[in-house]
Amino acid sequence: MTPTIEATGLRKRFGKTTALDGLDLHAEPGQVLAVLGPNGAGKTTFIRMVATLLRPDAGELVVAGHDVRRQPAAVRRVIGLAGQAAAVEPAMTGRENLELVARLYGQDVRTAKASSARVLTQLGLTEAADRLARTYSGGMRRKLDLGASLVGAPRLLLLDEPTTGLDPRSRIELWDAIRALVEQGTDVLLTTQYLDEADHLASRIVIIDHGRAVAAGTPSELKQRAGRNIIEVHVRDRAELPTVAAALAGLDHGQAQVEEATRRVSVAVEAGSGRLRDALRSLDAAGATVDDIALRPPTLDEVFLALTGQALTQADTTTAAGNSAA
Amino acid sequence: MATIAPPVQPPATLAASTLGIAKRGLLKYLRTPQLVVLGTVQGALFLLIFRYVFGGAIGAGGLDYVDFLVPGFITTGILFSGMGAAAGIAEDLQQGLVDRLRSLPIPRSAVLAGRALADTAVLTWGLLITAAIGFAVGFRLHGSLTGALAALGLLVVFGFAFEWLFLTLGLFAGTPQAAQGLALLVFPLTFVSSAYVPVETMPSWMQGFAEHQPITVMVDAVRVLTQGPAAEAMLGHGAGFYVVRSLAWSAAILAVFAPLAVARYRRG
Repeated sequence: MTPTIEATGLRKRFGKTTALDGLDLHAEPGQVLAVLGPNGAGKTTFIRMVATLLRPDAGELVVAGHDVRRQPAAVRRVIGLAGQAAAVEPAMTGRENLELVARLYGQDVRTAKASSARVLTQLGLTEAADRLARTYSGGMRRKLDLGASLVGAPRLLLLDEPTTGLDPRSRIELWDAIRALVEQGTDVLLTTQYLDEADHLASRIVIIDHGRAVAAGTPSELKQRAGRNIIEVHVRDRAELPTVAAALAGLDHGQAQVEEATRRVSVAVEAGSGRLRDALRSLDAAGATVDDIALRPPTLDEVFLALTGQALTQADTTTAAGNSAA
Repeated sequence: MATIAPPVQPPATLAASTLGIAKRGLLKYLRTPQLVVLGTVQGALFLLIFRYVFGGAIGAGGLDYVDFLVPGFITTGILFSGMGAAAGIAEDLQQGLVDRLRSLPIPRSAVLAGRALADTAVLTWGLLITAAIGFAVGFRLHGSLTGALAALGLLVVFGFAFEWLFLTLGLFAGTPQAAQGLALLVFPLTFVSSAYVPVETMPSWMQGFAEHQPITVMVDAVRVLTQGPAAEAMLGHGAGFYVVRSLAWSAAILAVFAPLAVARYRRG
């Protein structure tokens, strides 16, 4: 089967900034692929290339069998893009917005009306369909924008940070809408900075940083490698940091991260509450005084650190400092 | 999971996509009362100021000042509308609407052509309003009705050509604020022209430019077409002279800026 996306050695520079630095990426049909990375990692640059809005400086990018440089028109026929901004016309109703885009996909008037109505129902916007989009809430606008990318029944849906800036409830609603689409067989490429978003939606995650893919796998594979949970201990006395780190190092993943400035020690663990008990026991045995201890899911930084051995940002963990000095 | 391949539609034609985009432009204008009301009030205000405040001090050769002024005012109104057009396309760019449109399987020129059509329609509406206010403050036709209609047609052509200049500015500016600023640079063209005062009253080094630049040529074409022999006598040439020149200017502006705007749009 033709891969949905096949990127090899993609490069793009904007002046002195290197946005993509030899990105390799592969997506199969029937997949929801999340490109996960921090701000400035090259996520948006990549999705804009797939959408034919940017040309790569070097490398190959083939979307559904069409080369983006040589056959951009063919690529545009199979994609639907929802960018970071809600690109809908505020002075038109939800329905009019969708019908316009449907017509631009080449549908005749009747088909355009039918597919707009279908998308409005799908996204739960039927009630608001005949109100001007300027009266919509932020979440509704994003949904309408998502609808505009769907109304042409694209094979591949491109979502650039679909929920950035949304309140938690709209976020979950939008996730539900995306999941429903996926069930109907639409392939999706989405970018996100949120681990939980990738986790909820994607069947495969590619983590990118500085314009390269640094890790790839299913969400559970990646989490397996990163540890499912983090135990974080807040130490009262700075002098006790090494003792606490040594006590926690015996747990699942061994290596404890020490943050001098905030007097915190954290360690990745496989099982949740069971390990928390073990942690308390070994801290007690070491005779350390602890202000606070918590069990929480890993942050993107920690997954990143665990998978790549590199800090995502200029984090002040000692391991990271050690690595960058090396 | 099996992917259901949707039927591949033939892409939208240039005409269909241009009209779709144009319809959106018109709806946006009509449903944004601020744009309609503000544009009209501004135009009326300036016309009244020139007519009643400056008018008394300005001699206009063989014409009543109001008959001299209104053709100039209607023509320069094109540049006022153009400012809105430049800001409009820059706004679409900034809000991501242009990204969406560029990712669709439509001809690349359709988006700009659609905008140009919609903006020209808006501009024509503005011309008619200004003309109506002109009549209300004493402007009269002294030529034939055919002449007046020809003047209107010529203004629409001229407006369409200038629209591409403003689209280019808007695309290069990137933000509505910058677009307004850039468009403001076009304004000296309206003053260093025959729109408000006869060119002969300017210093001689300025006259060479003022006489041949597109605004003057266009204003004078409208004067001759609406005012007949009195204007011909004052300006020194017949209608054909000005009409041909203003069409030549329109063609030249279009030939330069339409490809430039499309190239800029393509590049993204």
